[in-house]
Amino acid sequence: MTEPARPPLYAASGGGADAGMAKTAAGEPMQITFLLNGETTTLELADPGTTVLDWLREERGLTGSKEACREGDCGACTVLLTDAAGSHAINACITLMPQLHGKALRTIEGIGTAASPHPVQTALIDLHGSQCGFCTPGIAMALAAAHLNGESDHDEALAGNLCRCTGYAPIIRAAEAAAAAPVPDRMREDAVLVHSAWAEHPLAEGAAGCFPETADALAAWLLAHPQTVLVAGGTDLGLGITKALKPLGEAVFLHRCADLQTITEAGGLMRIGAAVSIAALAAALAGPHPAFAALLKRFASPQIRAMATLGGNIANGSPIADAPPALIALGARLQLRRGAARREMPLEDFYLGYRSQDRAAGEFIEAVSFPARAPGLRVYKLSKRHDQDISALTAAFNLTEKAGRISAARIAFGGMAAVPKRARALEAALIGRRLEEATLATLAPLLAQDFAPISDLRASAAYRMQAAQNLVIRYARDLAGEAVQLRAVAP
Amino acid sequence: MSIGAPLPHESAALHVLGQARYIDDIPTPAGTLHLAFGLSGIAHGTISRIDLGAVRAAPGVVAVLTAADLAFANDVGPAMPDEPLLATGMVHYAGQPLFLVVAQSHLAARKAARLGAIDYAELPAILTIDQALAAGSRYERGPLVWASGDAGAAIGAAAHRIEGVFETGAQEHFYLEGQAALALPGEDGMVVHASSQHPSEVQHKVAAALGVPLHAVRIEVRRMGGGFGGKESQGNALAVACAVAARATGRPCKMRYDRDDDMAITGKRHDFRISYRAGFDADGRIAGVEFSHFVRCGWSQDLSLPVADRAMLHADNAYCIPAMRIESHRLRTHTQSATAFRGFGGPQGMIGIERVMEHAAHQLGIDPLELRRRNFYAEAGGASAPPSPPEGISAKKTQCTHYGQEVVDFELGAIVAELERTADLASRQREIAAWNRRNRSLKRGIALTPVKFGISFTLTHLNQAGALVQVYTDGSVGLSHGGTEMGQGLHRKIGQVAAAAFGIDVAAVRVEATDTGKVPNTSATAASSGTDLNGMAVQAACDTIRARIAAHLAAGAGLDPKEVHFEAGRVFAGASDMAFAEAVAAAYQARVSLSATGFYATPELDWDRVAGRGRPFYYFAYGAAVTEVVIDTLTGENRILRADIVHDAGASLNPAIDIGQIEGGYVQGAGWLTTEELVWDEAGRLLTHAPSTYKIPAASDRPGVFNVALWPGRNRVASIHRSKAVGEPPLMLAISVHQALGAACAACGPHWHGLAAPATPEAVLAAVARAGRA
Repeated sequence: MTEPARPPLYAASGGGADAGMAKTAAGEPMQITFLLNGETTTLELADPGTTVLDWLREERGLTGSKEACREGDCGACTVLLTDAAGSHAINACITLMPQLHGKALRTIEGIGTAASPHPVQTALIDLHGSQCGFCTPGIAMALAAAHLNGESDHDEALAGNLCRCTGYAPIIRAAEAAAAAPVPDRMREDAVLVHSAWAEHPLAEGAAGCFPETADALAAWLLAHPQTVLVAGGTDLGLGITKALKPLGEAVFLHRCADLQTITEAGGLMRIGAAVSIAALAAALAGPHPAFAALLKRFASPQIRAMATLGGNIANGSPIADAPPALIALGARLQLRRGAARREMPLEDFYLGYRSQDRAAGEFIEAVSFPARAPGLRVYKLSKRHDQDISALTAAFNLTEKAGRISAARIAFGGMAAVPKRARALEAALIGRRLEEATLATLAPLLAQDFAPISDLRASAAYRMQAAQNLVIRYARDLAGEAVQLRAVAP
Repeated sequence: MSIGAPLPHESAALHVLGQARYIDDIPTPAGTLHLAFGLSGIAHGTISRIDLGAVRAAPGVVAVLTAADLAFANDVGPAMPDEPLLATGMVHYAGQPLFLVVAQSHLAARKAARLGAIDYAELPAILTIDQALAAGSRYERGPLVWASGDAGAAIGAAAHRIEGVFETGAQEHFYLEGQAALALPGEDGMVVHASSQHPSEVQHKVAAALGVPLHAVRIEVRRMGGGFGGKESQGNALAVACAVAARATGRPCKMRYDRDDDMAITGKRHDFRISYRAGFDADGRIAGVEFSHFVRCGWSQDLSLPVADRAMLHADNAYCIPAMRIESHRLRTHTQSATAFRGFGGPQGMIGIERVMEHAAHQLGIDPLELRRRNFYAEAGGASAPPSPPEGISAKKTQCTHYGQEVVDFELGAIVAELERTADLASRQREIAAWNRRNRSLKRGIALTPVKFGISFTLTHLNQAGALVQVYTDGSVGLSHGGTEMGQGLHRKIGQVAAAAFGIDVAAVRVEATDTGKVPNTSATAASSGTDLNGMAVQAACDTIRARIAAHLAAGAGLDPKEVHFEAGRVFAGASDMAFAEAVAAAYQARVSLSATGFYATPELDWDRVAGRGRPFYYFAYGAAVTEVVIDTLTGENRILRADIVHDAGASLNPAIDIGQIEGGYVQGAGWLTTEELVWDEAGRLLTHAPSTYKIPAASDRPGVFNVALWPGRNRVASIHRSKAVGEPPLMLAISVHQALGAACAACGPHWHGLAAPATPEAVLAAVARAGRA
């Protein structure tokens, strides 16, 4: 059992302990308990806005995890987080310390030693997977996480890790070489300990106000404290702290709210709890909605998907969020809750304007539901880079045919307006027409009635409009079985 | 024998365990302070009022410094004293450091740095090439012009003429470890740990800022988390800031840029506009070419002149061009000061002539590779039989570049022939053409481009290096040299050189952190020269010590020192042999010195940069790449499918490290030409200042099939063990990526595609439209 050798970070420095810091309901410092490389660790946090990376590096002197971007885009800070749902690579740089509460954290210092390295470490040495070495601990952690989980798509495992030196080829060779090696025992320790540790060392009761365990508890808290910040995955919120340098403020952390993390199917509808992670959602959609699931594999990176939640992606309200266009095309309905009062609306109606949503003070998203089947659904994301990029635009098409004619049309775009938005003019024109390329190509210019996109660093307005119209054509060719997937082409 | 062994990077085990220390990982003494710059929010103007009251009052702030607080030199420029550490009333770009916050924590410094209240009298900002040309805003008085032959007349008389203009984008280094420095004030001087490719320059800048002699400043560089040229001069500011603050407070000071600050403050690869006019005869032989390079240099001179020179020096690439004229305009703009970046202008110069070849092949209807081959320099011959060169070239006794250097080591004919074979180029071209006829949405493209890259600093005096080798009585060897380790494997290669010299295992050799107190007056680790220069210096020092030991043993045994041999960890003197450590111990007992310095200066260089005549390069490095891509004609999305490379690293000191440089350089170059796009707004603010908005290649962007082979050759000049420099040249192999994308666009219609760089989806979609326009 270890206790922090020194007082919590920033308490004396003035660097982060600003007014408005999160406290428990009783106004006391937040207490958290977690496993660090197998050792139970209990802390009082003077500033719950402290990131895991800062704590590791500056407080614990564990400098193996690196900071290279502080925004969850490079992976140099990758660590392994284990809870009841499994072990995932995450970005320590934008994860806040309270998010560790009740979980197990493993860092590069905890996966291998010089005498007993992890198989991916050995392979990275033998196959020249490091050059400058700065990204290497994060790469090793991402690969170790994939190795632990038996994942064999190494490109996918590394989508959240940038290397500027090697061109990745030797890293992939190392991943392949290590794949067959057995998982070291210490890598499996966390999954066992995270179940048993809290029996011996119950999680602090004082933290209850910050860590609601049910939606009811959250609803009650929010009704009384409507200004509270909700921290679900925190993958965007973290940037407010690391980049905008804002204090966290009064916050509740949702990761212990089990009933917000359920996925159910009944009556032809899938119901996704708001705190379901994108990773869990992608897994659940692989069967029913393969096109949506494929899109979610391009949702940021494995590290982000492990933390980010569907509710967060929706409530964040970004016009270029990845999930909303597909959800809108599916006809998703949003379930909102305030206290005991619940209401439901089509997702598209939730977005009122740029970063403005139809959500009252004290209200939160409880779940999203949508049809469990939609064979006509296709989702296309355009960005400068295939993996871990923010879209220039995303298009989601869901046309239904009856008797050779289009009977229902739901088409939604992200990146084409201030909100994720349906292409109503195009949808209306399609009804009753044949679902064929000539028709869609002829009608695609109607998108100019639906959208007036802007130019920004990701694309020009003209490109957005042209590409959006071309995606209508791609949809027709895709449904017709023509080769349209760049990533499906082999040399 | 350690030479040629594919040994891992010397720090590989530390890297993978997370135990390799970078600046921010070094345990700091109690009381260490942390720094952050307050930055300009505008691109050009004068500071009319600066109120730092809120900064000083912010929690944790210990001191705030402005230019007025700097007692000595306020300059961090590498070439000219035109780059103040802190602004002196004028603001020259958005992101320029205006004041320096010294605080108790990194976060406290960052928070306080945003609290400056600054009023500006804004002036019109010159941001673009056109604005700079219109305003006459440039370095040097006018364009630098080099001419060989009468290009205008040759083009005018040629059977075919092409002309065009295109732009290549800037590129952010995106070294994973951001800029960082740590200054430790001592009793009579300053020690600075710097993440720098150029410790001696950091020493100079720190000494000038402190008003002390160079001997009072010692710079140490254990390793960098990537450099790529971005830490040749851009780390000066942090080291000087730390030293100045450490002097002011008497406490250790550390500074590391947050990534967004790093990208906003520091320089990038120069973006170029390249216009060209060229004439070809009926057979596709080039008669003459004229280039204009418009180079966006940014707010200070930095290294822009030699960068622009090197672009001019690579305007021929692999081709013997009878007449060439190049105008190089070095434009001053109110943007980050563009700086060194792997290739140092070479990539921009080279892509110019490769664009000419691509364009001419399109216009003349000749296969691009065939056109290239007809224009290659004549083969030097040797191990591989050269292909039949054009008569007019092969008949000449000598062949010279447009700057008058004789090309005596050309081997691209043979390299390309080998690559064509191993990459199965001809049959793949046929297969791709057939595939393209069957597919509407997707088109594939394939291209081969060659690289000829000149090796040496073009500032001739920089081609020198020193080393200090120390043999201890247990037979272990510690050595220092002037080069810095940024991931390129320099220390491993140098260790192999020393191990080979003493005939011992590399594990017995330790390469120490680079330290200006051990090896003085060093050149930057740049220009791909780290191993060439420092390897020779280390070799010289080892030879000195070995000769002393040999002389001692020979005297005892009555032998000629030449009869003493060092190999396999033992020393053989006549009939007797002993472990290296025993020989060393014996020499020590006999009071023989076991440490020595070594020095090397590259021979035979002679260069006049203003005239553009002479021999700037000791030799050339060669390579060629075939890249296959696929594009989406509806969206412009694109992807590399396969790359095949044959590259000449001479007699490789370490093939694993050299292949790593080739793979990494190629992918980095591919990023420059595809996904990496820097965007500034109309006010001159960089919008792409973090990996969320600036996209370097990710794992899945590398070629799915990636075949890299080393050319089995030896350097014709006496380089270290006949190896060749390999740091920069492979980056330019990625020009084949751009040309393969061009070939895919060309499959969409008969017209010239004019594909821009970087070839973002938007750029590719526009090129597809041009190719197919009615």
